[in-house]
Amino acid sequence: MKKKDKPAHPYIPNSAPEVKAKMLEEIGVKKIEELYKDIPEKLRFKEKLNLPEAIPSECALKRHVESLLARNSSCKESLSFLGGGCWPHYVPAVCDEISQRSEFLTAYAGEPYEDHGRFQALFEYESLMGELLDLDVVNVPTYDWYQAAGTAIRMAGRITGRKEILISDTISRDRLLAIQNYCRPVVDIQMVGHDPETGLIDLDDLRSKMSSSISGIYFENPSYLGFIEHQGQEISDMAHEKGALSLVGVDPLSLGVMAPPSHNGADIVCGDIQGLGNHMSFGGGHGGFIATRDEERFVMEYPSRLFGITKTAVEGEYGFGDVAYDRTSFGVREEGKEFVGTHAALCGITAAVYLSLIGPRGMQELGQSIMQRSQYAMKKLSEIEAVEAPFFASPHFKEFVVDFRNASKTVREINRYLLKKNIFGGLDLSSEFPELEKCALFCVTEVHTKDDIDRLVRALQECLG
Amino acid sequence: MDKDKEPRVRNFHQAKWDEPVIFELNTEGERGILVSKVEKEIEESVGDGICVLPENMKRKKLPALPEIGQMRVLKHYLRLSQHCLGADLNVDLGQGTCTMKYSPKVNEEFVRSPEVAELHPLQDESTMQGALEIIHKLDLFLREISGMDRFSFQPGGGSQAILAMASIIHAYHDLKGESEKRDEIITTIFSHPSDAAAAAVKGYKIITLYQNEDGLPEVDALKKAVSERTAGLLITNPEDTGIFNPRITEFTKVVHDAGGLCGYDQANANGILGVTRAREADFDLCFFNLHKTFSSPHGCGGPATGALGVTEELEDFLPVPVVRCDGNRYRLDSDLAHTIGKVRSFHGVFPAVLRAYAWIMSLGAEGLKEAAHIAVLNNNYILQKVKEIRGASAPFAKGRHRIEQVRYSWEQLTKDTGVSTEDVAFRMADFGFHLWSSHHPFIVPQPFTIEPTESYSKVEIDEYLAGLRKIADEAYEDPEKVKKAPHNSVVHRIDTSTLDDPEKWAITWRAYLKKHKIRR
Repeated sequence: MKKKDKPAHPYIPNSAPEVKAKMLEEIGVKKIEELYKDIPEKLRFKEKLNLPEAIPSECALKRHVESLLARNSSCKESLSFLGGGCWPHYVPAVCDEISQRSEFLTAYAGEPYEDHGRFQALFEYESLMGELLDLDVVNVPTYDWYQAAGTAIRMAGRITGRKEILISDTISRDRLLAIQNYCRPVVDIQMVGHDPETGLIDLDDLRSKMSSSISGIYFENPSYLGFIEHQGQEISDMAHEKGALSLVGVDPLSLGVMAPPSHNGADIVCGDIQGLGNHMSFGGGHGGFIATRDEERFVMEYPSRLFGITKTAVEGEYGFGDVAYDRTSFGVREEGKEFVGTHAALCGITAAVYLSLIGPRGMQELGQSIMQRSQYAMKKLSEIEAVEAPFFASPHFKEFVVDFRNASKTVREINRYLLKKNIFGGLDLSSEFPELEKCALFCVTEVHTKDDIDRLVRALQECLG
Repeated sequence: MDKDKEPRVRNFHQAKWDEPVIFELNTEGERGILVSKVEKEIEESVGDGICVLPENMKRKKLPALPEIGQMRVLKHYLRLSQHCLGADLNVDLGQGTCTMKYSPKVNEEFVRSPEVAELHPLQDESTMQGALEIIHKLDLFLREISGMDRFSFQPGGGSQAILAMASIIHAYHDLKGESEKRDEIITTIFSHPSDAAAAAVKGYKIITLYQNEDGLPEVDALKKAVSERTAGLLITNPEDTGIFNPRITEFTKVVHDAGGLCGYDQANANGILGVTRAREADFDLCFFNLHKTFSSPHGCGGPATGALGVTEELEDFLPVPVVRCDGNRYRLDSDLAHTIGKVRSFHGVFPAVLRAYAWIMSLGAEGLKEAAHIAVLNNNYILQKVKEIRGASAPFAKGRHRIEQVRYSWEQLTKDTGVSTEDVAFRMADFGFHLWSSHHPFIVPQPFTIEPTESYSKVEIDEYLAGLRKIADEAYEDPEKVKKAPHNSVVHRIDTSTLDDPEKWAITWRAYLKKHKIRR
């Protein structure tokens, strides 16, 4: 090696001068530049990119990146009661062990031979979710709940041949924004109101809006605001009477204790799998599921990959592959159902590990634990003067609205106080729902101990006392 | 060892555990993990917690999940992982268009740290300054790399970035009162299927331009396709053939003159970093897949990021929130006048953003260009060698060099021997390799697409080529061997007949048991 040569970057082996020379010789060119002959001069970027100086040493890079990350203060350092679409749940060590495996982490789109394990793991994910949801078809995960809900709505439109959807107005504003964008300009959205006391869907309003031009009603259970919508069967019946479908978003972590939506007439069920063994990762741990009965008219409207089990040339061997591939955009471009691409497969594999670990009794204990802890939190918070929880007079799961309307401080001021005590208070709903001004959405899961909850209550007493 | 010795394929055999489906491991009473017990005081205070549920909301029968001890769950999924070949294990050149480059391990350490893994997206801004700074800085880097004026990292993959581009195009025309009139999007057959499909979700009629003998779409065909109905163009360059379209500015001009916007699908920009940019080709929007060009691992298919860039004129249409920097303070801003709203939750897949940031920091400007150069060098080296393989060819652009990938054809091999591209792909698994056919439709007969990236050493590339060469030889000498492949993989030739049959397809284990009348 000549002295003036810079060392080859560890990520670019063929930068080594001798190798480079040999390869150029094989191609029959003198310089790499010649390989770019097709790019006209006027399109060439002639300057040097204005980027910070490189940090090629791994040791120095680590120091640099860690110094940036140190400016974050995570839910590990503080006590957090934030949920609102991304939830703190315990991630078993085995989930991390599997999701970090090179084989899964760096695989992509191999055939069902060299990537048999990827197909089987995702088939098992579909199957485990199927048991939880009591439904026979579940997709390979899409991006997140937002996309799952958007697709469920578009599926309902295609299945019924109708262009309007009804959506419960207690949905998260961000999720609604994503659905609106996904529907525009093909599907029209009408909002359905709720009972101000209980949060439940206003059945009269629903009845008045349900018609033969409506493809379905989309609501969530538990709702974004934490209360349990127990009128699922009536809502589904009302939809079915008009030839519309019942679409339900659900928190899978509730399904050890709560009846799955399919038991209350739901036709398409969707939601998020972040809580099933995936870290919050600043919102990077999401995956969306869509589930239906095993009817051709439903299955053929999925845009997602659906991995199925089959036989091989060898007796007794399981093989896996794509079910009805020609409905996808990979198969037939714009003639396919919506589109498919890179979504959230690794979160699905991780969720499979989680569900295999926790098992049926674990799911029940988990659901019960979340209900008990959140009820304890509501009870204790309500003991504080000027604080009411929950805002809605209904049973809740995991999340609940805390009413600070009688308090002397705004939610913003309260949360600032809590932050000083290393507590992340609930999500301020003041701007999201006008009726919930001075209210906050708190999330209590299996990770919160009695001491954690008592600490929150004490801090709030000090703040408001 | 003689350095110039012809490399040979390995005497490989993939792990084969004959692993049952997870439900078959069920043993009643076993547990994989326990939930923390609720404190006595909580129990005394609120009771069992579930009695508040209305009767119809109570789950009557436990979900039929399997009961399995922890070690066995671990072992099962470890075995499944061994039944899978990630880029870390195989010489992953064969998944062309997908840029299967090295994903540095140090970046995984960053992603796993609590400052990332345990960060909630709705925390107070003062507690997420590190994350916001990384997002902002990657935005600045990508502005420089593309010439665009602002990026959003919200889209969760390339296809969702295309959806976002089509949404912005729609919102832009809507603002001008022209969205109903402008109902057509133009793309090309060698652009990704989602350029057509995701745009169609927004109600657009899709016009697809086909290639000429050079493999490129014709400017004249585009001129005929545009009209007052044109909303925009969504195009890849270089296209999936690895051929750079030198007349791309004529394309963007024709579309602009017709009143449309131009979106550049740069999911894969690996051959042109620091060489040519979206700005110089007059694009209005572009996106980069951070899981392709910028090294975030593919994760069996996500989570991922389609980093969406726009010109100043379109900044206010981006999904919200965007990150702004006020001196040393970073904040989130959702107040964009014409925002399309949201496409994915929160701030997108932050781990992918972080990995891309670290990758660029490791390489710098010169390193990025070197990565592109070596990716192109590797690709043209392979092109030279594949053309020498019996039965293989590289259609279009004869005698010219390619950028980062090539779409090849086994047409001659199939004519001569009956061995298809699928057969070759399945046989590649016997040597620990992966070969992908290509996106549908198969414009190139019996296609396969190879993209080496900058990550693989020449020795590895030669080994991969030896695999192709060996299989081509086998096809001529013993075609049945190839047609019945794989022989050394996890499983044997799969019976796909049930997968398109509604009576027999089984997308879950429970459906399989029911439809195939298997007793549990």
